[in-house]
Amino acid sequence: MIAQNFEYSAPANLNEALRLLAGENTKVLAGGMSLIPLMKLRLSVPDQLVDIGRIPELNYIREDSGNLRIGATTTHHQVESSPLVRSRCPLLAEAAGFIGDIQVRNQGTLGGSIAHADPAADYPASLLALEAKVVLVKATGQREIPITEFFVDTFTTALEPGEIVKEVIIPVEAQSTGTSYQKMLQPASGFAIVGIAARIRKTGGKIAMARVGVTGVSGKPYRASNVEKVLEGTAGSVEDIKKAAALVADGVDANSDLFASAHYRAHLARIYTARALTVASSRTA
Amino acid sequence: MATTITKTETLVGKRIRRREDPRLITGTATYVDDIQMPGMHHACIVRSPHGAAKIKSINVKPATDLPGVVAVFIGKDTEKVGPVPCGASLPGLRVPHHYVLAIDRVYFVGHPVAVVVATDRYIARDAADLVEVEYEPLDTVTDVEKAIAPGAPAVHPEWPDNTAFNYHQEGGDVDKAFAEAEVVVKQRITSQRLIPTAMETRGVVAEWHAGDRSLTLHSSTQIPHLLRTLLAMMLGLEENRLRVVTPEVGGGFGSKLNVYAEEALMGFVAMKTGKPVKWIEGRRENFTCTIHGRGHVDYYEVAAQRDGTILGIKLKLIQDLGAYHQLLTPAIPTLSVLMMPGLYKCQNIRADIVGVFTNAVPTDAYRGAGRPEATHGIERMVDILAAELKMDPVEIRLKNFVGKESFPYATATGLTYDSGNYAAPLEKALDTIGYKKLRDEQKKVRAEGRLMGIGISTYGEICAIGPSPATPAGGWESATVKIEPSGKVTVMTGCSPHGQGEETTFAQIAADELGVGIDDVLVLHGDTAIVQYGIGTFGSRGTAIGGTAMYYALQELKEKIKKYGAMLLGSEDVAFHDGVCEDKKTGKSITLAEIAAASYRAMKLPPGETPGLVATNFWEPPNFTFPFGAHIVVTEVDPDTGAIDLKRYVCVDDCGKIINPLIVDGQVHGGVAQGLGQALWEQAVYDDSGQLVTGELMDYALPRASSMPWIESSHTETPSPVNPLGVKGVGEAGTIGCSPAVVNSVVDALSVLGVRHIDMPLTPEKIWNLVQAGGRA
Repeated sequence: MIAQNFEYSAPANLNEALRLLAGENTKVLAGGMSLIPLMKLRLSVPDQLVDIGRIPELNYIREDSGNLRIGATTTHHQVESSPLVRSRCPLLAEAAGFIGDIQVRNQGTLGGSIAHADPAADYPASLLALEAKVVLVKATGQREIPITEFFVDTFTTALEPGEIVKEVIIPVEAQSTGTSYQKMLQPASGFAIVGIAARIRKTGGKIAMARVGVTGVSGKPYRASNVEKVLEGTAGSVEDIKKAAALVADGVDANSDLFASAHYRAHLARIYTARALTVASSRTA
Repeated sequence: MATTITKTETLVGKRIRRREDPRLITGTATYVDDIQMPGMHHACIVRSPHGAAKIKSINVKPATDLPGVVAVFIGKDTEKVGPVPCGASLPGLRVPHHYVLAIDRVYFVGHPVAVVVATDRYIARDAADLVEVEYEPLDTVTDVEKAIAPGAPAVHPEWPDNTAFNYHQEGGDVDKAFAEAEVVVKQRITSQRLIPTAMETRGVVAEWHAGDRSLTLHSSTQIPHLLRTLLAMMLGLEENRLRVVTPEVGGGFGSKLNVYAEEALMGFVAMKTGKPVKWIEGRRENFTCTIHGRGHVDYYEVAAQRDGTILGIKLKLIQDLGAYHQLLTPAIPTLSVLMMPGLYKCQNIRADIVGVFTNAVPTDAYRGAGRPEATHGIERMVDILAAELKMDPVEIRLKNFVGKESFPYATATGLTYDSGNYAAPLEKALDTIGYKKLRDEQKKVRAEGRLMGIGISTYGEICAIGPSPATPAGGWESATVKIEPSGKVTVMTGCSPHGQGEETTFAQIAADELGVGIDDVLVLHGDTAIVQYGIGTFGSRGTAIGGTAMYYALQELKEKIKKYGAMLLGSEDVAFHDGVCEDKKTGKSITLAEIAAASYRAMKLPPGETPGLVATNFWEPPNFTFPFGAHIVVTEVDPDTGAIDLKRYVCVDDCGKIINPLIVDGQVHGGVAQGLGQALWEQAVYDDSGQLVTGELMDYALPRASSMPWIESSHTETPSPVNPLGVKGVGEAGTIGCSPAVVNSVVDALSVLGVRHIDMPLTPEKIWNLVQAGGRA
C-alpha cells in the first residue's frame, strides 16, 4: 500500500495551481480521500500532484443574490455544519452528514468528491435534485455548466485537461420546499448502495414541483425525471408516491456487486425513493 | 531509597483503569514500525497474483538494477530456510512442505515469491514491481465442497483428493440414540471464512549481530518464546543466539498466534546482508497472506425425544484449510468437536472431520478458534429442534442443561467441565430483558405484520488452554516476581498480552498479595532476553494460567518475606499483611521495603535462606476452565429491504471470578463486536479463480462503532476450582455467545414465513429474498 514516487506542489493561489496543472500526468489533490487510496493501490500513478487544499480562495460558503456558492475545497464537515447551508439548503447539509465517517468528512471536499465522480458518492444525488451548477476553471478562463451535464459516466466528468472545479452554485431553497436524502450504506465502504435525494414543493395541496436525484444505482448519478413527472400534479398520497417511485430504476442498468444484485438494488431504489419522497413531502410548508 | 508502602484497599474486583492506555492513547507506545535503526534496510515481498500457477522463470535483474536496491532473494536462495512449521499433529495428516518462498509453483493469491531489500521502503516497493515472474496459471478451487468433489483441480498435485486428513471422534452409543429417537432434525450450517483484521498489521525488524553471531528479531506476535524456538530451527541458529522482542502489539485475535514465512525471511535477510531489515505488512497483504479464521461447512443431525430431551448429535465437519497448514491449522476443527455438546447433557456424539486443501490463504485460530463454530452449530440445532417440537427455546435449553449438581461433569467428547450453573445466567438474562413481556409484545407486533425476533444462545467454552497433554507445545505458563531492593515489584510473565490488559490485572493481583499499591508493580512481558520461557497469550489463558503462575510465585515470596521479617524483628511468629511484617505478640512491624533492602544487603540471612526476593513459578494447570453464559438478542426485520435492526442485546457471562470488571466489559464488548461481524457483515470471499474479492476494507465489512447496539452486559460468578484465583477467562466469550443469538433472533423473526435456518452473514439481500419467497409461499 505504497504509492509510486511523485512530485508534490502546494500552490498558494488559484492561478499558480492552474499553471501547474498544465503539466503532463498531473492530478489535483484536494482532501485526498479518494485519490490517495487509489495511489496506494497503484491504480493511479500520477507524476505530479497539485494540492489545491491550501488555497484560501477556494474554501468558502456564501450567499449571493439568491444563490448559495460553495468553494471547491469546502470540506464535507463544513457543509454539514454550516448554519448557512443548513438554513438555505438543508438537503446538501443532510447528504454531507452521510458521507464516510467524521475523519473523512473533516478531510474530504465537495469539489473533490464531484470531480472524482464515484457512482456511489452521496453528493451527486442532492446536487441533481437541487439543480445545482458547477463553475469550472482552467488557465484560459472559466465556464458554468448545469450539474446534469457535469456527470458524464463512471469516474468521468465534463472536466477538461487542466481544468478544475472552482465552485458549486445552488439556488437558495424556498422555505416551503421539503427535502430529504435517504441512503442504504454499503457496510464496508460506507458508500451508497442506493442514495435518493428528493425535493418537493406543494401549492394548493398538490405537488407543484418534484425533483429526484439518484446515486449508487448505476454507472452514474441521474435525475429520475419519470418519477418527477408522474408525481407532479398529484396530491402526493402514499399511493401517488409509490406509483411514481416504482419508475425510478426503469430503463436503468443497475449495478451488481457482493452487497446488492442488480435486481435487489433496483428494488431498493424504489423503496428508498418512496421513503425520500415521503419525508420530503412531510417537510414541505 | 526505600519507599514507604501502605495498603489501603484491595484491588481485585475493582474497576481499575488500564495502565496500558495512557501510552496507547497518547501515541507514545512503540510498535514494530516505530523501531528505527541506523542503516536499516526495508523489505517488500513479491507475491503471486494467481490462485495457482507454475513459475516458469523469475528475472530479478530489472529490480536489482534500480538504485537503492540491495538484494533480491527468490525461492532457490531460501530453499534451506524453514519450512514454515505446523505444530499440530493428527493421525495420517498430510503436511505439504511449506517453503518460505515459492520454488516452482504458487498455491494461493499472495503466496510469497521473492523478497526485495532496499535502502528505503519506497524503493523496495517500486523494485517489487520490476521483478519479472513468468507464470503458467493453473485451475484453482476455493470452494471447500467443490474441492472434495471428484474431478476438482488438485491444490497439491500429489494429493488429488485435496484431503489433508480425516478425523473421527465418538462417544457413547450414537446409533442406538438415533434408533431410539422420536425425532431427528438435520441441517447444513456454515461458518464462513473471516479475516481477523488486527488494527496493526504484522511487522518484523531483524538485526544480525555478526560479532557474536546472534539475531534480534522484533515481531508483532502473541508467542515470543515459541516463535524463538521454531524460528531458530528454521534459520539453523542456536536458540540461545536468537532473541525475540515483542513490542506493543496492536491486536492479534489469533492471527499472530503463528510462525510466518516473513519472520524467517527477515531473519535470513538480516543474516545475509549484515544490516537490520524491516518489513511492515500492508493491509492488502494482511487480507491475503495472514491467516483467516472459520471456514466450516457442517452437517448436523440431532436425535431427540418428543419432550425435547436430546439423545445424540452427529456432525460431519468440512474444514477449509487453505493451501497450507500454518501453526495450528488442522487442530482448530478438533476444538469444535470437543465443544459439540455445548452445555447439554448429551452423551452420544459422533464427529467426522474432513480437512480440505483449497487455493486460499490458510485458516487458523481466530477469536474463539473452533468454539464459535461449535456453539453456532449446537445453538442453531437446539432452536431448530425446539421449532420442530413447538417448544420454547428457553424450555428446551433448561431441560437439557447439565445440572449444577453434576460438576465436575464428564462429556462424551472427553472433557471434564470444571464448574457451572448454566441456568443462572440464562435466568438473569431473561429477567433483564423481560422475556415473558417480550413474547407478548412479539405476538402483538406479529399481528400487525411486523417481523420481530427473539434469539437466545446459551454457550459454553473451553478456556485456559490448556493442560500440556492437550496442546501441541506445552500448556503451562510461567512467572517471575522480583521485589527490588527498594521494595518495588517487578513481574515478568511468560504470557504476551496484546490488548488483554494484563499489565493492569496482574498488577492488581500482585498488589493485593503483597499489600502494596498498584503503581509499585510493573508487569514486563514479550522479550525472550528478559522474561523466562513462556507459552504466550491465546485461548483465554493469560490470567487463568499466567496469573496463577504469578500467584504461586507470590506465595513463595510471601513465605520468604515472613522469614526475613521474623529475623529482622527478632520474632518467632509474624504475620504479613498490608505490606508489613508484624510481630503477632508485640505488634512491632517492618515494611516490605525495609525487608527487601535487608534481603539484598544480606548482612544476615534467615536460616537456610538465600539473599534477595525473587521467585519463579512454572504452573501446569490440571484442567481447562469452562466459562458459560447466555446472550439474548431482539431484532426486527424490515420486510421492504431485509435490513436487520438490533433492538436489544443482553448478555450475562460467567467467566469465573472477575479481577477487573472494566476490563471484562471491554473484552465482552469487543467479543460481541466480532461476533456481530460474523453474524451480520463479514465474509472473506474468493472467486473461482482464487482472487480474494473482499481484499480491502472497502469490501470487507468490519463492524463499526456506529453499527454496534447498546450491550446490556452483566455477570454471574461461578469460581473455577481449577486454579486458586477462581478465574476462567473471557477473551473469546463475547464472540462465541453472539453469533447464534443473532441468527436465532432473525430466524425467529422470519419463522412466521416458514424460515428455519439462515447462513451467515445475514446480509439484507439474503433476508429480503427470504421474505420475498415467504410472501409467495
